[in-house]
Amino acid sequence: MKYLALLFANFRRHRLRTTLTILSIAVAFLLFGYLGAIRNAFSMGIEFAGADRLVVRHKVSIIQLLPVSYESDIEAIPGVAEAMHQTWFGGIYQEPKNFFAQIPVKPEELFTIYPEFVVSAEQKEAWSRIRTGAIIGRKTAEKYGFGIGDKIPIHSPIWPSKGGGTWEFDVVGIYDGAEKGTDTTQMFFRHDYFDENREYGEGQVGWYVIKVADPDRADAIAKQVDDLFANSPAETKTETEGAFVKAWADQVGNIGAIVTAILTAVFFTILLVAGNTMAQAVRERTRELGVMKAVGFTGAQVVAFVLGESLLIALIGGGIGLTLAKLLTAAGDPTGGALPIFYLPDRTLVLGVAFVFLLGIVAGLIPALQAMRLDTVEALRRE
Amino acid sequence: MVNWFSQVVALIGFNLKTLPERKGSAAAAAFGIAGVVAVLVGVLSIGQGFQRAMVAAGDTDRAVVLRSGADTEMTSILGREEVRIVSDAPGVARAEGKALVSPELFVIINLPKRSTGTDANVAMRGVEPAGFGVRPELKIVEGRAFAWGRNEVVVGRGAELEFAGLGIGSTLDLGASRWTVVGIFEAEGGVAESEIWTDAAVLAPAYRRGDSFQSVLVRLASPGTFQNFKDALTADPRANVKVVRETEYYAEQSQMIYLLITGLGTIIATMMGVGAIFGALNTMYTAVASRAREIGTLKALGFRSSPVILSILVESVVLATIGGTVGALAAWALFDGYRAATMNWQSFSQVAFAFEVGPRLLVNGVIYAVLIGIIGGLFPAIRAARMPVSNALREG
Repeated sequence: MKYLALLFANFRRHRLRTTLTILSIAVAFLLFGYLGAIRNAFSMGIEFAGADRLVVRHKVSIIQLLPVSYESDIEAIPGVAEAMHQTWFGGIYQEPKNFFAQIPVKPEELFTIYPEFVVSAEQKEAWSRIRTGAIIGRKTAEKYGFGIGDKIPIHSPIWPSKGGGTWEFDVVGIYDGAEKGTDTTQMFFRHDYFDENREYGEGQVGWYVIKVADPDRADAIAKQVDDLFANSPAETKTETEGAFVKAWADQVGNIGAIVTAILTAVFFTILLVAGNTMAQAVRERTRELGVMKAVGFTGAQVVAFVLGESLLIALIGGGIGLTLAKLLTAAGDPTGGALPIFYLPDRTLVLGVAFVFLLGIVAGLIPALQAMRLDTVEALRRE
Repeated sequence: MVNWFSQVVALIGFNLKTLPERKGSAAAAAFGIAGVVAVLVGVLSIGQGFQRAMVAAGDTDRAVVLRSGADTEMTSILGREEVRIVSDAPGVARAEGKALVSPELFVIINLPKRSTGTDANVAMRGVEPAGFGVRPELKIVEGRAFAWGRNEVVVGRGAELEFAGLGIGSTLDLGASRWTVVGIFEAEGGVAESEIWTDAAVLAPAYRRGDSFQSVLVRLASPGTFQNFKDALTADPRANVKVVRETEYYAEQSQMIYLLITGLGTIIATMMGVGAIFGALNTMYTAVASRAREIGTLKALGFRSSPVILSILVESVVLATIGGTVGALAAWALFDGYRAATMNWQSFSQVAFAFEVGPRLLVNGVIYAVLIGIIGGLFPAIRAARMPVSNALREG
């Protein structure tokens, strides 16, 4: 207990310097937290891609449509558990900057293929009854204040409705994500409603998502799908959802990588400067450490004492920084919609805590060891 | 007053001369600020570069005509008849009796990125001869132009650098058709350089577009005739179109990426700025503390508080300016001209661009550093000035 009192006494000696050091460490770890969230956002949730899901698209480009008849052909392939089609609706809610994805689907297939979208039984039931029904992800629903029973008008420049008007949907459900990284910014509505009311393109869909029974056979099945449609007017390219998402993430591109590289450099720069200040604080006290040894503290005790102080500083600073990062990233995407999956992943937090300890130990240990090796008499002579 | 002034000059000179004795902590502060400025300038240069590519594409005496309700070429469709109505509209520039209007097709194809090998959406544009006429900035720099009526393409410089398999002589397989690359073009760094160009008459049947187009690019007789041109078309009951200035069209498309980058950049720079202020405060407080006796002596000799404050502020600002300049120059050396590509969400296709560290960005970086220096120096300076003489003399 008396050591602790000594520790805190020391801590308060250069109160200002200690505070500033703690604050700069806090800033470093706040940045570190953001770094994790940004990296994660740019990878677009790739780790949540289903290993048992394949994406089938037109070989020339994803904007070209595929016939709706492919679904039954794909489902006839052995090893395919379920196939569904999706289409990019590209709708605008009120104004273009309100961006979220809307996709027409067959409801029962959606929940089979994406078990991570969680909706209550009565909401599912309502969706099967109401033709104009739509379910919306929690994040988007909260952002625009959509609630069950609301009618929302959406205008699609790609798919004008018959008569050229705006589409109208009834919100019948709000879905949650089974996991933290599940994208809950999308809206799903019924394909039958879409197909009957679009001005053109009937019988054509954007792309297919397949659920395979055995993920180990995913690549073989992908090849079978492409072979099936080879030399047809609409040839396909099939890949795992992971590969598909990765290609998208790569399209957004090196920007994510560059921001990450820059932030990493900054993080270590700040740590270096803060660590140097902490080490400096110990070096200044060489004489005191000598006194401690002279009055009977052992070398190990002196080391532990110095280490304890630098660990305490690192822990307070790092704790503040990581907590702030957690709070600020929870407020959501700082860019207003460009990064739908924006949160602080747990592994970043764990890594952050590890860095906190590393900083505390490295910054304290070196000068502490130097001080310990010093002859007591020599240390006392220092000014 | 003269006395006050000479005190200031004397103290500043004194502080700066003793700077080398404190080179450790001074270098740490300057280094920290250099890092902050380098990152600030670096991140913002991405946004600047992207916007430059989009802005360079626009010309104030050009207008884009789309189907009404469409916001990009992707979602627009125009018939031959509408193209004719556009050509006859008032305000259109003419050369040798022909209207300078270019009806264009816009499709997207998959090509692997050089850097990652994964597929990317690349824009392919089909034009008629007028396509070159309305864009005088577009120049073939290698190989030759494609021959009309043949499956040949020319490739923008940005696309050629960013995607695999676009060198002169290579072939592209698009569904049932095969195309040969015969030339490379440049367009003053504009977004067209990210595209692949070919003859609309050859592209249309390959994509079953019949006799329709997606957009019409128009050269106006002068920027001032835009309103006239727009009003005539909007009022025409035969044409269901919308007309936008080309500059505005591209400015709008760059909005999302620009916000993304400046949004991230601002957050990062603010947090780092705060971190750097702590660093600077630490350095200057240490500097003041280690000179407590000197400052006390000065005051005992009759130096007033304001010159003391000013001299410490100047020292802090000098350090920050050095750091900021080094940082800004480092960012310029590292990032200016760095090539990258990203997704233009509006047109769903890739835009290749170069990072741009312009003079304005450099100046802003240094200004930011100076601000950090002022805040970092002010509080320690005030503390020094407030220190009672007797205490100060006793310290050390």
